[in-house]
Order: sequence, then C-alpha cells, then structure tokens
Amino acid sequence: MTDATNQDFKGSSTKHWDMAVRTAEPVWASKKTRLTPKRLPAGVRLLGPVLVLLAWEAASRLGYLSPATLAAPSTALKTGYEMFADGSLLPHLLASAGRAYAGLFLGIVAGVVLALLAGLTRSGEALIDGLVQVKRAVPTLALIPLVIIWLGIGEAMKIFLIFTAVLVPVYINTHAALRSIDIGHVELARALGLTRSEFVRHVALPGALPGFFVALRLAVALCWTALVVLELINTQTGIGYLMNRARDWGQTEIIVVGIIIYAVLGLVSDAIVRAIETRALSYRRALGS
Amino acid sequence: MNLYRPYSPSVVLRELSRSFRGTMVLDRISLEIPHGQFVALLGESGSGKTTLLRALAGLDDDAETQGSFTKPDSTSVLFQDSRLLPWKTVIDNVTLGLRRPDARSAALDILGLVGLADKVDVWPSTLSGGQKQRASLARSLLREPELLLADEPFGALDALTRLRMQNLLLKLVERRRPTIILVTHDVDEALLLSDRILVLKDGGIAEDHLISLPHPRRSHQSEISTLRAKLLKSLGVEADTV
Repeated sequence: MTDATNQDFKGSSTKHWDMAVRTAEPVWASKKTRLTPKRLPAGVRLLGPVLVLLAWEAASRLGYLSPATLAAPSTALKTGYEMFADGSLLPHLLASAGRAYAGLFLGIVAGVVLALLAGLTRSGEALIDGLVQVKRAVPTLALIPLVIIWLGIGEAMKIFLIFTAVLVPVYINTHAALRSIDIGHVELARALGLTRSEFVRHVALPGALPGFFVALRLAVALCWTALVVLELINTQTGIGYLMNRARDWGQTEIIVVGIIIYAVLGLVSDAIVRAIETRALSYRRALGS
Repeated sequence: MNLYRPYSPSVVLRELSRSFRGTMVLDRISLEIPHGQFVALLGESGSGKTTLLRALAGLDDDAETQGSFTKPDSTSVLFQDSRLLPWKTVIDNVTLGLRRPDARSAALDILGLVGLADKVDVWPSTLSGGQKQRASLARSLLREPELLLADEPFGALDALTRLRMQNLLLKLVERRRPTIILVTHDVDEALLLSDRILVLKDGGIAEDHLISLPHPRRSHQSEISTLRAKLLKSLGVEADTV
C-alpha cells in the first residue's frame, strides 16, 4: 500500500515537473531571437509561383486581362497540350534542345580544358586568363553581327554563340576553384611524394569539383537564356521561332506556352545538375550530420 | 636504443639557417641525431621549432636557406591537423601515393592497429578529432619511414585522447624504431616520449638533454621531475606555479 502511494506520488510529481517545463518552454523560446529563418519544408518554395498563377488566372477569367494582352495560364496549358498532341510542338522543342545542349557541351568541355591549363600551368595562365577576361567583358550578344558574318545565320552561328556564352562562367569558376586549393593539401602532397599527375588527379581536381558544379549550374541556365535571343534570328524551328511567329499573329497563348517551356527546361536542367552534384560531392553530406 | 648498430647519424644539420623576408628564424643550427632516436623539440612560439621541422620536410620553398642538412630518403610528416582529403575514404587517404602492390592489405593491418578497423571505408568528415589523427598516424607509418617528422600532432586533441595517442605512437614505433623529431609545446609529452629533448630559443639550440629512462615513464620519477622543473624554467615558467 505504501509502495503504491509512493509510486503515485512519484508519478504525479514527475507530471508536475513535466507541465512546468512545458509551460515554461514557450516563454523562453519566444524571448530568444531567431537569427536565421527556419528551413522550409519541401515544396513550400512553390507557394509564390502558385499564388501568381492563381491571381493571373483569376484576372483573366474576371476580364481584367484580355487574351490579346496576355492569355490565361489555363488557355496556354490547353494550347500547349494540343500542340504537343498534334505533334507540332516536339520538332521545335527538339531543335531548341539540340542547339542549347550542343553549345552547352562544347562550352563546358572548352571551359574546363582552358581552366585546367590556366590553373595548373604558368604558361597556360599567362596565355589564357587574359583572353577569357576580355571575352567576359564583351557581352555575347555584341558578337552576333560579327559571328553572322563569319558563320552565316544558320545553326553554326547559334551553337557558337551559346558555346562562347557558356565558356566564360565555366572557365571562371573552375579556374578560381583550382587556384584556391588548400595549401595544407598541397603540402601533404609534397610530403607524401606525389607525382604531378597524382597531385592533379587526387588533390587538385577533386578539390576543384565544388567550384565546377557552381559553374555547371550557371552554364545550364545561361545556355537557355542565350538561346531565346538567338532563335529570334532567321530560323524556322525552335521555341523562340514559335514565340516570334505567335507575336506576328497575336497569339499570346503560344507565347505563354514558350515561356512555360523555357521555365520548365531551366528548372529541370538545374535539378538534374543538383542531383549529379549531390552524388559526386556525397562526402560533404556527412558534414551536416 | 639500438646499441648494436655502428654509429652513423640519421639526421645531420650543418650551420642551417633559414629566414623569411629578412627575418632570421633559424640561426646556424648544427645537430646530429643518431638512428632511432626520439627527439622532442621544445621552445616558445616563434623559437623556430616548426621551421626546423618544415625545413627537414622540404616545405617552405619561399624561405632563404643557408647551410645544409642530410636526412633519410624515406621521411614521413605528421601534421598537427590531420590533413585527410575530405573526398577520399579513410583507406584511400592512408594509401594515397603508395606504389606498393600490397598497399591495401598493409593499410588494413595498420588501420586495425590504430583502432580504425571499422572506419576503413568512411569519409573523414565523419571521424572525431582523435580518429582523424589516428588515420593520419596510420598514413605516416604505413610508409615505414626512417625519419618521422611530427609537428605538434597531438596539440589539438583533448587531454585523454592525447594520452592514448602518445601511448599508441610509442607502441607503433617500438619495432621499427624510426628516427623521430617531435615538435611540441607540451613539456610532459616530451618527457614521456623522447630520448632527447632540445630546447630552441631565438632560432638556436639553447639546451640539449638526454633521457635514458625506459618506458613507460611516470611523472614522479626523480629524473623526470628534476628535468621537468628545469625545462619549464628555461621556457619561462617557474615550476612551483604549475
């Protein structure tokens, strides 16, 4: 009997203590200033875009936005689906993607090769770095007239201009990453007697990988940006061509379809690069845990 | 100490000087270290002990150097920070740059000896400070160096981990007996581990003490406590305050 009362007593005292903590905690928490915002749950980031879409749709349906100014998102989606279904969209999409990714691929390869030459050799740095910095100061679009004279107004011109646009950020970021190798790792490599090629393979390149992925994300966004402008110049295929023709006919819904396609392609490309980055830099994930 | 080997020094410094942009850090140091001797370098900050170690390790190219030194070809460096490459697993760090065909199995053996058998394939960022330094020790000793240069390797560890690491180091070098030069701030570490203690002051060797006591040593042994008081005094600390 005494035992039971004792236990009861203990139990109730713990409860009291618990309650005291529970009531005390919010007071304490509210007084403490949060210096950084809490992490957003997945998907909540889409709240802003969704609200804008809803407002846009509502404005169209209520007659504030005439279709001649801007088509409703629902109309654009319907049009996009119809164009996709009747096969008139896909050839343009493939043409655009072909140009963007051909330029992207060439730009990444050339940017990385130049960054390696400049980052790992003195003569490379002397020859290459200044040139790329000059190219960086010249807007890609300013080269269009010259490149048209050299390469005509066909595919080569478009791919070449995307290539030069992509090259610069790939070079700059990869080069910067190579130049900022941890001096401690360089000393380690010397102390272990690594050869130059072992140093490049085991220390310099993996060390520059995070910088390269920053470059890659910039490049992926940039190749589509450059494409939009270039597809306004003499072409019969591509998303940019579709949008340009739609302008002549006043079909704002097709223009919106084009914008949506660019947005989706940009986001999907970025997500793919991020997924590859997460895999390649998996050793970093452990840092947070 | 190996009494059967004919005497030939492992490390010889002849009037070695080193300065950085006109500031003299090492001032005409001459020194002979026999094979297998465990030398501790003590000295206040700026006395030149790390510079001496780095000179022997072949680091600091930008320094102006006069004089000369000889050292064994196979030299390993143990840094204060473990300097594991974060993008390589523990075993790949340990075998980095090794060209032996049996590198992997030898690495597994030595990782077992330092108590990291279950950490072979993990990323270094998941290790504790002591585990990182054990991996670093494994990397150094796997090369079976004739000379081990250790730059305050246990300086950043907590007191208990440091004791364990000191004992581990003694155990691991027991059999092969490389020459060891250990830079340390810790007088007790020097007394516990080394055969010889050098005190550096203003870029020169101010004191040179031999300790012939066998391991394991205890701090209350009279030779140890006398030398301890003397060393602390020459480092600017009165013994009765410690």
